[in-house]
Amino acid sequence: MSELNRLTIAQARKGMAEGAFSSVELTQSCVDAMEARADLGAFITPTPEAALEAAAEADRKRAAGDEGALLGIPLGIKDLFCTEGVQTTAASRILEGFKPTYESTVTRNLLRDGAVFLGKLNLDEFAMGSSNTTSYYGNVVNPWQSSDKPNMQLVPGGSSGGSASAVAARLCLGATGTDTGGSIRQPAAFCGITGLKPTYGRCSRWGVVAFASSLDQAGPMARSVEDCGLMLGSMAGYDPMDTTSVDTPVPDYTAELGAGVKGLKIGIPQEYRVDGMPEEIEKLWMETAERLRAEGAEIVEISLPHTHAALPAYYIVAPAEASSNLARYDGVRYGFRSDAPEGLPEFSSLEEMYATTRGEGFGPEVQRRIMIGAYVLSAGFYDAYYNKARRVRTLIAQDFSRAFEQVDAILTPTTPSPAFGITEEPTGVEMYMNDVFTVPASMAGIPGISVPVGMSKDGLPLGVQLLGKPFEEVGLLRVAQAVETAADFTAAPQLMA
Amino acid sequence: MAQTIKGQTGEWEIVIGMEVHAQVLSESKLFSGASTTFGKAPNHNVALVDAALPGMLPVLNEECVRQAVRSGLGIKAAINLYSVFDRKNYFYADLPQGYQISQLYHPIVGEGELTIDLEEGESRVIGIERIHLEQDAGKSIHDQDPHRSFIDLNRTGVALMEIVSKPDLRGGDEASAYMTKLRSILRYLGTCDGNMEQGSMRADVNVSVRPMGSTELGTRTETKNVNSVRFIRQAVEYEARRQVELLESGGKVVQETRLYDPTKGETRSMRSKEEAHDYRYFPDPDLLPLQLNQDFVDAIAADLPELPDEKRARFEADYGLSNYDAGVLVAEKETGDFFETVAKGRDAKLAANWVMGELFGALNKAGVELANSPVSADALGGLIEAIASDTISGRTAKDVFAIMFETGKSADAIIDEQGLKQISDEGAIETALDEIIAANPAQVEKAKENPKLKGWFVGQVMKATGGQANPGVVNKLINQKLG
Repeated sequence: MSELNRLTIAQARKGMAEGAFSSVELTQSCVDAMEARADLGAFITPTPEAALEAAAEADRKRAAGDEGALLGIPLGIKDLFCTEGVQTTAASRILEGFKPTYESTVTRNLLRDGAVFLGKLNLDEFAMGSSNTTSYYGNVVNPWQSSDKPNMQLVPGGSSGGSASAVAARLCLGATGTDTGGSIRQPAAFCGITGLKPTYGRCSRWGVVAFASSLDQAGPMARSVEDCGLMLGSMAGYDPMDTTSVDTPVPDYTAELGAGVKGLKIGIPQEYRVDGMPEEIEKLWMETAERLRAEGAEIVEISLPHTHAALPAYYIVAPAEASSNLARYDGVRYGFRSDAPEGLPEFSSLEEMYATTRGEGFGPEVQRRIMIGAYVLSAGFYDAYYNKARRVRTLIAQDFSRAFEQVDAILTPTTPSPAFGITEEPTGVEMYMNDVFTVPASMAGIPGISVPVGMSKDGLPLGVQLLGKPFEEVGLLRVAQAVETAADFTAAPQLMA
Repeated sequence: MAQTIKGQTGEWEIVIGMEVHAQVLSESKLFSGASTTFGKAPNHNVALVDAALPGMLPVLNEECVRQAVRSGLGIKAAINLYSVFDRKNYFYADLPQGYQISQLYHPIVGEGELTIDLEEGESRVIGIERIHLEQDAGKSIHDQDPHRSFIDLNRTGVALMEIVSKPDLRGGDEASAYMTKLRSILRYLGTCDGNMEQGSMRADVNVSVRPMGSTELGTRTETKNVNSVRFIRQAVEYEARRQVELLESGGKVVQETRLYDPTKGETRSMRSKEEAHDYRYFPDPDLLPLQLNQDFVDAIAADLPELPDEKRARFEADYGLSNYDAGVLVAEKETGDFFETVAKGRDAKLAANWVMGELFGALNKAGVELANSPVSADALGGLIEAIASDTISGRTAKDVFAIMFETGKSADAIIDEQGLKQISDEGAIETALDEIIAANPAQVEKAKENPKLKGWFVGQVMKATGGQANPGVVNKLINQKLG
């Protein structure tokens, strides 16, 4: 088995451009890796044959002089993106067997630039979760193992857990993710890779199964900051089919890489020092700040006073939108429909068919959020919950815009803990605490990136998060790469292919 | 029926507010590119977003926005430059998204007004609360299979304007007059075809009653989807009487939605309380708030056609028509245009009489629409010219018109072919009259004593001239000679 699968996107681009190897060889290496590490459960629907065909086509194109930005690069696609002719499930039973007749804008953009798709990656059901344990198609396993409990399977984080696990285990060179409250950044941190949530409106949501429309944003997950920039360059762009996408030019996201941080101001928000945060996380956070200072950045203490309200507000807004977005899954037009009660030819009413189908088709976490969402929107509670949450959201956005008058980027931990065991996963509100550092940026719509910078005492990766100004991903990636270079994170997971 | 009902305990006032759903005239749906053409095979006009496939997003159709603004300006309403689309959540088989996109909190059109025309030339101004844009639902078909229902999504997502009146209407006549006038205005504006049989316009009629003199509103019922002007009147009358009887017998009106059954002529309750919906409205996160600029609105305002009220006033002023006649002629834009073509440069009153009299009568009898009239406006104008120039008499004109209606030939051609040109030459008529006077001295004497008998001479002259003598000239000469 070749180790081409371990290359970064930038390295693979170079290798193929120089004729060192073909996309078929590179893709075959990933296909072999996928088979070797099928036990991670990263893929719901692998498509190796189609991938190898696409790779051969990419090689033909290259021979004909095509130089697409991602020509021949094998990627994994989170199974929340609709892909034409390939089952798209959102990790839910209710979409079992659904094959879209259309291609999401983001994946279409990637295909336009020559990317090769290896298959559809596992995730939390409808992207609801922070551990990838809510998928109907099984848990995803983190390729990292704790030195303390080496036999315990760890969660990869969520919801883009399949994406993070696959990228970390070298099953693909990069993967698409989506981030609603941290679903790219948190699993990236848990799996020791880099994940970028772009500014809301930067990537089209058209053809992405909706969770919370005002928060959902697609982004790249890869093994370097540069790779994230390369992928975003293809994924991003205005789409007239998504009126919340923003009509602003797509720059070269790698343009400022290597420029360093000299003279930049980096903010450290005091409100992110939360109670009960492990010391090793705080230490790594401060170490990262010190490294940036050493590189010539100015470290500035800042305040984001409404941070504490972000998480509760998020858990009102996101379920509210989800409860409505998921109403379309009713068993009528596509996907799963329950059988009529035993011994009966049909349901007694439309309502019974809906209720049974949705009861059997949605898992418990999705049902919980639908109920929370329906509750906070119901008559009499709307103002107290939903409207208040919207006001909180405005305040959070104001916090950030004030902070960005002072600083160029904000540095925080990505998660309050390293990856935990699948069997020791927290429940309910405790689980929701995983998103405490990632949710504020989601609520404000600003870009954020998680970069692996060190290890926990148990040998698990830890990440820091950098937040930037809206639509200034170029500058954010520049700072992120400085962090990446300074941290020099080279550890690899035990279950790597 | 009046604005009130006499009950056993006294007089009750009938208070009505209407929510009219008017289908926006547009090529494609409110948030998708699917066609709005009526009568296509079921599920033919369905885009991916209409069927609510995963990941599909709505994109607002600018033409529908323009039509809503145009409608708002037509009822002299405030246009809200900032409006927001909300989701109204409920489950139903013909609502694939599980929600309807509507505008609850911030509608595109604010307060306006509309003048309804009542009998005896009276009119009343009715306040309009708002107009908002929303999606239509699909159609459930329950009567084609004993066990299954069928769903047609062709109408799903078609743009509707919901036009909400204030509770300013009193009685069934006013309610139906309101619908008639609203329909007329929207058709003038070209924002709704007003085709009630096809469901392009339908009304939810809110009715309540209160003791005469009371200023508090009673509990209302909402009779849904009434789709004809006549049914609106009937539904109001039935519902008001039902409520009065209920209240007078010690009962209470329940706030509920009801249905009008035109075959039985009654309303009945539609939904039980257990199924009362909580629609969980919230702003649609897939759509940004709609921000219009004043230039956009001004451009539409500058392009607004003359509306029925203005046209009516102009017809009265310019053509000297009565208020009633002007009202009849402007009710439909096509009629007003037809009349103006006939009247242009001709005797307008005569034109009005002919359009409303002979033409409407003939069309009605033949069951033909004005648009398909065998007598064009120009042709009718030709006939009126023939009357005005004394080429034919009014009496003859009716015969000529009948032939025109049948054959589509011009008045001149018929007059020529049939030799109907009337004699206005005084010399010729005088000669004939003199002969008759000379031959009938006794009649002359009698007529001199009793002027009523002059008519006998008119008849004789007409007989002598084959009915072609100009009656005006004949009368004048008889009066001269028989004093």
